Amino acid sequence: MNAISTTNLTKYYGSRRQKSRGILDVTLTVPEGDFFGFIGPNGAGKSTTIRILLGLIAPSGGLAELFGKNVLSRKQDILSDIGYLPSEVNFYSGLRVRDILRLSADLRKQDCSDEARRLCERLELDPSRRIDELSLGNRKKAGIVCALQHRPRLYILDEPTSGLDPLMQREFYTILKERNQEGATVFLSSHVLSEVQRYCRHAAIIREGRLLVTDSVEQLGHTDARRVTLYGVSKAPALEGIKLEKYPVQETSEANSVSFLYSGDPKALLSALAALPLTDLTITEPDLEEIFLHYYGNE
Amino acid sequence: MTIWKHELRTGRLSLLIWTAAIAFLLAVCIFIYPEMSVQMEEISDTFSQMGSFSQAFGMDQINFGEFIGFFGVECGNVLGLGGALYAALIGISALAKEEKEHTAEFLLTHPVGRLRVLAEKLAAIGTQLFLLNGFVIMITALSIILIGETPDVSTMLLLFLAYFILQLETAAICFGLSAFLHRGSMGLGLGVAGIFYILNLIANLTEEAACLKYLTPFGYAEGTNIIADGSLNGAYLAVGILLAATGIFVAFFRYSKKDIV
Repeated sequence: MNAISTTNLTKYYGSRRQKSRGILDVTLTVPEGDFFGFIGPNGAGKSTTIRILLGLIAPSGGLAELFGKNVLSRKQDILSDIGYLPSEVNFYSGLRVRDILRLSADLRKQDCSDEARRLCERLELDPSRRIDELSLGNRKKAGIVCALQHRPRLYILDEPTSGLDPLMQREFYTILKERNQEGATVFLSSHVLSEVQRYCRHAAIIREGRLLVTDSVEQLGHTDARRVTLYGVSKAPALEGIKLEKYPVQETSEANSVSFLYSGDPKALLSALAALPLTDLTITEPDLEEIFLHYYGNE
Repeated sequence: MTIWKHELRTGRLSLLIWTAAIAFLLAVCIFIYPEMSVQMEEISDTFSQMGSFSQAFGMDQINFGEFIGFFGVECGNVLGLGGALYAALIGISALAKEEKEHTAEFLLTHPVGRLRVLAEKLAAIGTQLFLLNGFVIMITALSIILIGETPDVSTMLLLFLAYFILQLETAAICFGLSAFLHRGSMGLGLGVAGIFYILNLIANLTEEAACLKYLTPFGYAEGTNIIADGSLNGAYLAVGILLAATGIFVAFFRYSKKDIV
């Protein structure tokens, strides 16, 4: 069964005269048990997609289903199975962390006190602290416990690690991996590509409201584009397939060097390189960040 | 009833302050009555013959020298206006505050339907108004006993019932408005209560503007009329109930489809 399935999902904001596009024709499938990364720059449509999945906003067109249930007609059923962490965590002021955790559990009609205590210990969060006194990171931790304490089937996490220090990020992903190994599905949006590459099995890239590509993280890394770094020259050869203008050239430690993405004919590259006074060169597979920039910069 | 309990908990300080303020002012008015009543016999006629001013506050219809008459005017100003302001504030902020403070995202991503959220928030508003009025009635009764007055209990209860309905209607109309707001708007709530109060004053001034009494809950909650007639004006009350029902219906209709952005 698919945990998430969307078909031509579209959302416009604003009035009919001044409508702006949120997302357009987003078709996405996340199988149950997957660890899925949803990648895109700010304003690409990640949060809009997530808000439709959670029933916070209604789509202008298309279909969204979670566990085979329509998000419009079966919202309450669906939300019982979801743990959601927003990118900016906001709670009712004047309450303590334990009050918020209990409120969240009560709204789910569950007793999550044991699990909440375990999670607070692992994330080093003091449940007796007042919400108003919490730092951004601790507020995020409280949001994480809210999202995880009822052990849902699907975790929808919007920029989950923003505000967390590296140690807490590692602990958080350790917990997520444990939950994923127990069968839960993880769907997280991020623009921290290294964490998507490290933890996710599949990923989708969204840009300006349109889904550009969906594939396994491994396959996304396998592209015909190559990162070429030349030493001993300061200008790249004039070749078709070189993405110098659109893609940022990587800084190299050597002053007399140049680095670029190349996705053209390898023989043409080798011929061009043979004519250059090179002292050294490397040709590597680009990492996910470069793949992202490849799609991001592709007009 | 999780949301109901949560609403009562987060609103308890505001409830406490408004209840204490209204009860205190009412008690002060009651305690100054014995001293005032000595002079009242003389100035009651003056009060009732001040033309438009007397009409606006309904003082031409009752004997200001009797406790119930004095209470009808003071009660009208303190509990009527004070209660309406509090009702408007809790009504207007019920839904809008969730979006202003970005807590709607937290609440609505739990398995609770929006209709249940609305119903429990409405129930919490009703409960808060009930508690406010209950406490105010207790303090009023105690104060009356202490000054040794014995007003007609049924008339007093009718007055309190009218103000309770006034508060419910004001809260319901503001609740409907709240569903359209993305940010909290205390100013709008206070404005609604203020406009209702002023509409009634204008309606009292001239016969031509008397139809305004249909639009304001102060129309049926006019203490002086209630004391004089021994009942609430049925036509004004019916329109008031219709307006309150419309406010609630609009809130349900709008909020069930609203995008939480």
